[in-house]
Amino acid sequence: MILAADPLLVDGIDLTVVLIVLLKAGVAFALLLVAVMLVIWFERKLISDMQNRIGPALAGPWGILQTLADGIKLFFKEDLLPTRADRVVFRLAPYLSIIPAFVAFAIVPVGGDFSDGGDGTVSMFGRSTFLQVADPPVGVLFFLALSAVAVYGVMLAGWSSGSKYPLLGSVRASAQMISYEAALGLAIATVFLSSGSLSTHDIVVGQSATTWNVLATGIVPFGIFLIAGTAELNRPPFDLVEAEQELVGGFHTEYSSIRFALFFLSEFMNMITMSAIAVTLFLGGPAGPIVTQRVAWVWPLFWFFLKVMAFLFTFVWLRATLPRFRYDQLMDLGWKVLIPAALGWFLLIATLDVAADLGWPTIPVVIVGVLVLWGGASLLSGAVRKAQAERLEEADRGADETAGSASGLGEA
Amino acid sequence: MEVAVFIVSAVVVLSGALGVLLARNPVHAALFLVQTLFGVAVLFVLLDATFLAAVQVMVYAGAIVILFLFVIMLLGVDRADDLGIEPIAGQRPLAAVVGMSLAGLLATVLLVAVDGLTGAPAGTPIGDAGDNTRRLGEALFTDMVFAVELTAILLTVAVVGAVALARRLSGPMQPLPVVAIAEVDDDPDEATGDDS
Repeated sequence: MILAADPLLVDGIDLTVVLIVLLKAGVAFALLLVAVMLVIWFERKLISDMQNRIGPALAGPWGILQTLADGIKLFFKEDLLPTRADRVVFRLAPYLSIIPAFVAFAIVPVGGDFSDGGDGTVSMFGRSTFLQVADPPVGVLFFLALSAVAVYGVMLAGWSSGSKYPLLGSVRASAQMISYEAALGLAIATVFLSSGSLSTHDIVVGQSATTWNVLATGIVPFGIFLIAGTAELNRPPFDLVEAEQELVGGFHTEYSSIRFALFFLSEFMNMITMSAIAVTLFLGGPAGPIVTQRVAWVWPLFWFFLKVMAFLFTFVWLRATLPRFRYDQLMDLGWKVLIPAALGWFLLIATLDVAADLGWPTIPVVIVGVLVLWGGASLLSGAVRKAQAERLEEADRGADETAGSASGLGEA
Repeated sequence: MEVAVFIVSAVVVLSGALGVLLARNPVHAALFLVQTLFGVAVLFVLLDATFLAAVQVMVYAGAIVILFLFVIMLLGVDRADDLGIEPIAGQRPLAAVVGMSLAGLLATVLLVAVDGLTGAPAGTPIGDAGDNTRRLGEALFTDMVFAVELTAILLTVAVVGAVALARRLSGPMQPLPVVAIAEVDDDPDEATGDDS
């Protein structure tokens, strides 16, 4: 049975190996919890700055302990269980949300020297290992599978509350998450084409050998990944899943106290994980110049941290800048723009790959490919426009008829 | 260790399967189905079929059961259903016969097997577990390409058919007869019975 390609696990498993694995898992767990605490503070502080406010300022220096105070407060709040709730599922749902959020981070390589053909191993207690909790051969599929599982948390939370608005909210939320998962998966599939592997470690190694995937796949999949990822995280401008103005809040309306906190904990954790996955897939993971030889192991960690921070900043920035989407606009963007675009781009990259293999001339292949894609896109947009026009016409007719029959009733 | 993992996941699979049969609430039954699918995914990992394990979770747990749940929730049959109604006549005896024959088939395989249960692997694995994704892809798009294309056509036809069925017919919409609305309103039980 092969669990991972990690050199740590290759020559037999003894006590040291088990301890190292446990240590890595424990550190990742603690790191994520602390990081969530800091990210919530970072978001509140940054968005205050963007809106000319001060933000949290009282708990600790610069209000840095605000999240801790909020967390303690939430702990001591009354834990409500609605009478019409399905008790078991209601209690289970927050955990279905938070466990995938934790586990998904396990496949992210956070450090290790990938420069100059390095394979990212570090030595830990005399053993060489990768700086990631696990490196399954199907790494990124593992991430996609977990984000599929996370849908259950949202869906069951809404259903088990035994109340109308959470149910409607959860149906909307799961429809959103499933729709955008397709676009996300197709954007990631392009990365598989250029890297030729599913393992996160191999993807990072491949990028340090050639160029970062953001360029190798031609930027479009990166853009699609960012948009679909934002929607998958239910972050603004796609946050109608949980906004107070929509359906009294959404799937978590009936939740209170620590269970409510678990949903938001998992959400911020997903934000960190999504940023880390984006860095791994498109921006070379922890790769970056090693500036000093003295504490060389710090630099990859530093570059990784910097790249993740850039994404976190972007998420907050988006929240401060963009107004929220309407639900039909959200579905239109996902199904009519992102999925066809991701699929078309995937086909183009695959064609270029085949052309390179068979030694076809590049420029004609690119021209033909772009023409075919353009033809497909115009067919699709034509169909969408036609359907829309017909629907509008029909709605007009329907409105006329209702108006006519209403006036007829009035006369009678 | 493999035996331990097998026993644990077998317990998970079997208890999930029993749960699907015994749960009164359709949503609980769907959740037990998810439990079974996860157990099977672990068994796939144990057999070095990591790609199948990931796809099992993504497709079955992530898409198909979610679809079941959508239908259950939107049709509002999420409370225990009346088991007295039999939507298709003769369904239950037929199910009993088919189920029994399936069990008989499995039992025959176990009993007639030449060496009994050996626990040995069925055959020599082709290649390394690390590249089973690559091998699966090669097999699907070379030897099996005809079957793959046929499946693709089947799925396309299913999608087109679903769209065609869901499309509203053009022309003026007929108002619903008032009598029918009153009936549905008076007797909600009958409406859910029809849906299921």
